[in-house]
Amino acid sequence: MNNKLSRSFYSLPYLTWIFLFVITPIALIVYYSFFDITGNFTLANYKDFFSSVYLKLTLSSFWYAFLITAFSLLFAYPTAYFLTKTKHKQLWLLLIIIPSWINLLLKTYAFIGLFGLYGPINAFLELTGLGNQQILFTDFSFVFVSVYIFIPFMILPIFNSLDKLNPTLVDAARDLGASSWTTFKRVILPLTINGVKSGIQVVFIPALSIFMITRLIAGNKVITLGTAIEQQFLVTQNWGMGSTIAVFLIIFMFLIMLLTNSNERGTSLNGKVK
Amino acid sequence: MEKLSKWPKIYLILIFIILYAPIFYLIYYSFNSGDSMSNFESFSLTHYAAVFEDTRLIVILLNTIIVALLSALISTIIGVIGALSIRYMRNKKMRTAFLSLNNILIVSPDVIIGASFLILFTIIGVKLGFASVLISHIAFSIPIVVIMVLPKLQEMSSTLIDAALDLGATKRDVLTRVIIPFIKPGIFAGFFLALTYSLDDFAVTFFVTGNGFSTLSVEIYSMARAGITLTINALSGLIFFITIVLVLGYYVLNNRTKTPTSGVEK
Repeated sequence: MNNKLSRSFYSLPYLTWIFLFVITPIALIVYYSFFDITGNFTLANYKDFFSSVYLKLTLSSFWYAFLITAFSLLFAYPTAYFLTKTKHKQLWLLLIIIPSWINLLLKTYAFIGLFGLYGPINAFLELTGLGNQQILFTDFSFVFVSVYIFIPFMILPIFNSLDKLNPTLVDAARDLGASSWTTFKRVILPLTINGVKSGIQVVFIPALSIFMITRLIAGNKVITLGTAIEQQFLVTQNWGMGSTIAVFLIIFMFLIMLLTNSNERGTSLNGKVK
Repeated sequence: MEKLSKWPKIYLILIFIILYAPIFYLIYYSFNSGDSMSNFESFSLTHYAAVFEDTRLIVILLNTIIVALLSALISTIIGVIGALSIRYMRNKKMRTAFLSLNNILIVSPDVIIGASFLILFTIIGVKLGFASVLISHIAFSIPIVVIMVLPKLQEMSSTLIDAALDLGATKRDVLTRVIIPFIKPGIFAGFFLALTYSLDDFAVTFFVTGNGFSTLSVEIYSMARAGITLTINALSGLIFFITIVLVLGYYVLNNRTKTPTSGVEK
């Protein structure tokens, strides 16, 4: 009995943390979603969320998140695959990871210069005769910069699952007469699908909620769910509406996790996107 | 091991160029004597000097480092406690439940963490500023530490503890002389990750910081919103250098202590 008591005593700080910073915040978000800006209990926020303005916003947010995830996957898979074939693969992987450790504000800021009207990309376009283009504050720049920021987090889990793949299986498939494409489709991809799933998970959820890139790179043209929450909380000061959007973001998050959760333990813990 | 042919090599090189170009572009222009990121006039260190002369910026830099070190330290302590409590929970269902609760903050988008912490701090009356930022950083770093320490604990055979107990070790001895040394690599990894998460965090801090207190990320954001200032470039040069040192330090520590876990060899 004494043993049990001391046990629960030493886990107290951790349990307090779970209660205060995991359970309470979610409960507070749900609670606040039922209040309007003047503090009256209401369901209006939920009604508003299903109005055309917010539905459109949600759809466009999903569309951008889809684009960002798709392009990240498209470029990350071959990168991860070729990386596993290099001689010093751990070193190359480290080189892929290093940029993700640089403060992401700085990386985003770099693109303000790169994509600027007088920046190097436009100077290059000028040379090729295409002339100056407005690159900054467009959908393209938003998706490009987001893919740039998120791609290391897509490469990492895919690399890990490809690295674990037993190469003799590929050899066996080839020996049995499968073409490269069939080998990829029937052997390599199914065996690495868990890596792909966790990659999608760590890119899609942040892509729905990022607000810093939209503000700096997309002007105010692209509005994601994250931008809307930030707007409601810090600009309009309408915590009720902000919380309602947050409730839906949490629901979407759980749905995405259900869809992408792999049975294999541990693959999803390879990276987190800020 | 098959060799890479020409096209994959070119593809990889291109990816690496794209990944590093923006970073080197920033650093390159930090040495510009002019004031724009499109026209390199001549080499100068004026922008670096500007960083060190700007006391406000230095204070913010110090704030960021203090918050990172303190939050990493405290979250490592609580995280190790958490990992221990989860590992030695008798009830398997409860263990899974706690592990899921633990992981909520890891997968939660930053806006959600920021917004909900803002509500929490306002309700319980924590003044927005140093305290709220520090507490939030501790809060979102704890689960990362748990995740880094837990596999090490699971790796440890329970016979080690039995042996220690049989040999007359007290509970305290078991913890400090058997368990802690064994999970040390996990603790270090957790501490380093917590440190980098804190240094890198923007969104959560942006929500819970008041008017008087700022960290580097938030400051860069407000500077970048105002337009291009080469002071940011000089800062990024410094930060790049520090990051490289940290990453190398982390990998040296990690590789020295870690058992090799690389994949199947041909």
